[in-house]
Amino acid sequence: MGKYILKRMGAALLTIFLVVTITFFLMNLVPGGPFVAEKSISEQAQNALKEKFGLDKPLIVQYKNYMLNAFHGDFGLSLKQRGRNVTDIISSKFPVSARLGGIAVLVALLLGIPLGSVAAVNRGKWVDNLIIVIATGGIAVPSFVLCTVGMYVFGVHLGLLPTFGLTSPLHYVLPVFALSFYPTAYITRLMRSSMLDVIGQDYIRTARAKGVSQFFSLFKHALRNAILPVVTYVGPLLAYTLTGSFIVERIFVIPGLGGQFVSSIMNRDYTVIMGTTIFLATLVIVMNTVVDIVYKLIDPRIQLN
Amino acid sequence: MKRKISMFLVLVMLATMVLGACGKRDGNTGDTNDSSNTDVSSEGDSGSGSGEEKQLVAEIGPNPETIDPALNSAVDGGNMLLFAYDCLLNIDKDNNVIPGAAETYDISEDSLTWTFHLRKDLKWSDGSALTAEDFVYSWKRIADPDTAAPYAETVLGMVKGYDEAAGGNVDALGVSAPDDMTFVVELAHPCVYFDKLAAFVTLSPVNQATIEENGDAWATQPETYICNGPFYISEWVPSSYIIFKKNPNYRDKDSIKLDSIKLLLMEDSNAAYGAYQSGEAMMIKDVPTAEIPSLQENEEFYIDPLLGTYYIDLNNTLPQFSDAKVRTALSLAIDRKYVAETLMQGTYTAASNFIGNAVLDWDGSDFMDNANGGKPYIDIDDFEGNLAKAKQLMTEAGYPNGEGFPTINYSINDAGYHKVVAQYLQQAWKELGITVNIDVVEWASFTPMRRAGDYEASRDGWVFDYNDPSNMLDLMISTNGNNNAKYNNPDYDALMEKAAVEADAETRSGYLHQAEDLMMADMGVIPVAYYNEFYLQSPKITGSWHSPYGYWYFQYADITE
Repeated sequence: MGKYILKRMGAALLTIFLVVTITFFLMNLVPGGPFVAEKSISEQAQNALKEKFGLDKPLIVQYKNYMLNAFHGDFGLSLKQRGRNVTDIISSKFPVSARLGGIAVLVALLLGIPLGSVAAVNRGKWVDNLIIVIATGGIAVPSFVLCTVGMYVFGVHLGLLPTFGLTSPLHYVLPVFALSFYPTAYITRLMRSSMLDVIGQDYIRTARAKGVSQFFSLFKHALRNAILPVVTYVGPLLAYTLTGSFIVERIFVIPGLGGQFVSSIMNRDYTVIMGTTIFLATLVIVMNTVVDIVYKLIDPRIQLN
Repeated sequence: MKRKISMFLVLVMLATMVLGACGKRDGNTGDTNDSSNTDVSSEGDSGSGSGEEKQLVAEIGPNPETIDPALNSAVDGGNMLLFAYDCLLNIDKDNNVIPGAAETYDISEDSLTWTFHLRKDLKWSDGSALTAEDFVYSWKRIADPDTAAPYAETVLGMVKGYDEAAGGNVDALGVSAPDDMTFVVELAHPCVYFDKLAAFVTLSPVNQATIEENGDAWATQPETYICNGPFYISEWVPSSYIIFKKNPNYRDKDSIKLDSIKLLLMEDSNAAYGAYQSGEAMMIKDVPTAEIPSLQENEEFYIDPLLGTYYIDLNNTLPQFSDAKVRTALSLAIDRKYVAETLMQGTYTAASNFIGNAVLDWDGSDFMDNANGGKPYIDIDDFEGNLAKAKQLMTEAGYPNGEGFPTINYSINDAGYHKVVAQYLQQAWKELGITVNIDVVEWASFTPMRRAGDYEASRDGWVFDYNDPSNMLDLMISTNGNNNAKYNNPDYDALMEKAAVEADAETRSGYLHQAEDLMMADMGVIPVAYYNEFYLQSPKITGSWHSPYGYWYFQYADITE
């Protein structure tokens, strides 16, 4: 196991290096720059700004400087939010997104797995049909529609739920609902089809023939195998959900990382783009590694090497 | 087996946690429902209804990029600075310049030396003394190239030694403090509107001690954000909210009635609208355009003038747009009333001139009323006549029915009414036999592209920084960085140069009127509509006003239930 993790770390570093390099050059290829506004600032002020942030140097030198600084853990200052550094921005915004996203993923798992299993076991019956209809709807309806409808119905019309911010547990209801709807639906479908696959197999039939109760055969034998596709999906899902959703954060006015990531790209806030990209890439790699290890725990037949 | 059991236990624990939390939430929901089914506004964290603390909750824009006076270039950021700072001079409800940190000021005979006499016992929000030296430091800091202040040239360009200061020798800037209560500014040439600049938020005093200690980061944390205005910042959660608390060290603290102002930092107009409807915000600036028709009759919905003009750039350097007849024809083919009142839902006002709405002339009258001998340049009520004239002009220019005229690529960024207007132009210019393609460009690429002249036709606009027509007329000077249309008329440049150094306000105003006459005769750009600001504001807010600069003066507001 130790050897495996070491190997994965080596590969991770290489991947991150490539991601950083490609992002750096692509980002600079996109037209526009960080110091634009409806009222263009004077040439003099533009040059002063470029000099201040080292953008006056050739691209390759900028790249070298960035890599050296990043290697020492210095991700620089935001070009747009003057006086704030990238590490602070990420460390202040990530926890907000992570808490919200974590709850959403948990809700998706706790609802999706049982719903999918129930649907599979009751295949073709009305329960199955109902679950499938809801799950298909969940995949088809985009989150901004859910956000707006939820906000209108529960926030404005009924006045039951607050519509923005994250200051109390009640504030989490609408954003969590919006964030977890799609993954819940997806997990339900995933779980249903893989459960169907598993309960059709011989060993389950054997277990049932031997007199094991349906409940026990499902939870002891089937679930374990059927859950593997869900585990695969949850790794990247966690990474993306924890780093926040632009749409949900924008609509519910949540100061998270997802909104920051998109607005930094729109603003060409180069250092923030780089910082958040590195962060997201690392998180995805870590989650994928965790998923592989969880695989091994669930199914000892899988060889990590 | 043990592992399985423990995994199962973990799952059960998680489930109970989440379900437990849900249960609690349900309880909360019930409670709030009982207590405030009808009056939602008294619920939540706004604290408006408590009676103990008077807090005004408003939405005037998203998270500010910076609230450092020297670095800010945004209107909403400027509005926040207005709460936190007290400039030498202020602007009152009727847009007159009134005393601020300076009680009086004198202007020398030659109009080149402005002496400001500060009030006694001025203090920073941390209680330390504020003197004329602080203004010297603040103004020099703006000129300093290391600060890279975007507005440096606009606000200090006329001060003696500015160019040298901007080159790195900041002490060359003509500002001094002969004593603690006197601040002297020497100008390189007369500037009749310098009093308005002295009231401009960029020139707010900033605290040297905190800046030297904390660097650029001083303006990111409430603890290090020292100011001298009616409010100070007590809390700022980026992209969430910012709280301004009454400043006990403010010179005129007795006339401040609010205890605090909470600004919700929202990007989405639907979110803002939701907050207003649920009573969580008492005023919102970002109203979804789709809601406007249903709000027209609502007395909480306001449309107020904003100094500025929405116009169209035709790239004057291109051969097809080099003829003033063509530019005029394209201008006359636009039914401005239809655009402003129908397409833009009445949130804009049809433009007959370049300098519009509420811009003041030298004697305090409307600049627009004195322009073109009192007549509008474009008769917006006679669209039929304008269109006939446009067709005739096209024929005169050698393009009868648009024959031989190349297709126009009209560039916009996708925001506000830009797309609707673009689609209208397709239809309007079709009348002249001209085909228009719409080119939607992403925001960060849009302005550099326009500035570089790398376009054919494009939307453009300007909102005034200070209430003087020169602020917008300057745009059309051939060397101006914001002359996106690349209008180039030496006579115009000469007139603007004369105006810039003229000490007599009336004579200067004459030059400015002549310049506008020239620009409109050439149709250097095509003015379409004057900006307005539309917003929702609860009648609970009293004593505040919206200025045509785009600022909401909540400093002096009160809340009445």
